[in-house]
Amino acid sequence: MSDTRRSEGSWARPVSTLTVTEVPEGAANLVDGKRLLSPVQGFGKMWQKTYRVSLDRVATTPEAVISAWRDDFPSFWPRGNDFYPPLTGLEPGEVALIKAAGPGGLKFKTGVMVLYSDDVSFTLMTPEGHMFAGWITFSSHEADGATVAQAQVLMRAQDPLSEMGLAMGGHRMENRFWEQTLRNLAAHLGKEDAEVSTHVTCVDRRRQWSRAKNVRHSVAIRSTLHMLKPGKKSAG
Amino acid sequence: MTQGTLSMDVRRVDGSVAVLDINGEITSFSEEALMDAYAEGASDGTKAVILNFSGLEYMNSGGIGLLVTMLVRANRARQKLLAYGLTEHYRQIFELTRLDEAIGIFDTEAEAVDAAA
Repeated sequence: MSDTRRSEGSWARPVSTLTVTEVPEGAANLVDGKRLLSPVQGFGKMWQKTYRVSLDRVATTPEAVISAWRDDFPSFWPRGNDFYPPLTGLEPGEVALIKAAGPGGLKFKTGVMVLYSDDVSFTLMTPEGHMFAGWITFSSHEADGATVAQAQVLMRAQDPLSEMGLAMGGHRMENRFWEQTLRNLAAHLGKEDAEVSTHVTCVDRRRQWSRAKNVRHSVAIRSTLHMLKPGKKSAG
Repeated sequence: MTQGTLSMDVRRVDGSVAVLDINGEITSFSEEALMDAYAEGASDGTKAVILNFSGLEYMNSGGIGLLVTMLVRANRARQKLLAYGLTEHYRQIFELTRLDEAIGIFDTEAEAVDAAA
């Protein structure tokens, strides 16, 4: 029998486009009215990236790890990157705004929707205009007698510009970003200088040229235009 | 084959269509059971693989990710990937994640088999 009640509380309700009800000070809302994009709707090669840290010798549980991670999500991000969670927290269906450091001092202004959340995992999905189309799942489980924290990205670059950016150092930047995030989380939970393992798989080497038109939503273009708007501070 | 709380049965409707019966939960821990069943169903000459979700008890976002991976494999092999037996709730999840744009969804096995032809 389908466990619908358990599932319904964990998934976001269907939406056609994103709605941001409140924009925190310092954030920029460039995602209102945007549709969500799964890896299926992206342009570039499809990648699965898994970042994992073992919290061996730390007395904790997967539930406690996810609770700490979800409740204080922005504090684990590397410096220079800002995550603005909704006032109600990272609950299914809520939208968070992001200012992420890009090359040349550019700040990418984008956002994510909480697609799914349960006791041991939560997933953020990207809208049109984000650097990539897909989702990131943050989870925790027990393995070999230790609690493990994991971030897993399943993505395609949304458009040819983002694909080029990822190939020219973007992937490396992203790997460093999530590795540092996991080290920060581990340190918060009591494990300093934790080693993060990174496993990258190219799930599909083909580019979906029919999706090249996603470039009209490009976060790089929109963020640059937003930065150049009169009255805006440079670099966001 | 069984992996965690997922068991899969593979049926061949005719020479070119395979049905994968899903029983249990699809999570990130279901990869081996799901992909082994796909490999068995998608053998030489298979034009379409149909996922029967009638026995699905639960699916999380890790499970949706596995379906994306399966879709890539099916596309690479030029096979259609179709589905039936989804509850209204999981149909909505397919719409939310926009997998319904790539995986054809039907009410019954007969409709899915017709679409596979």
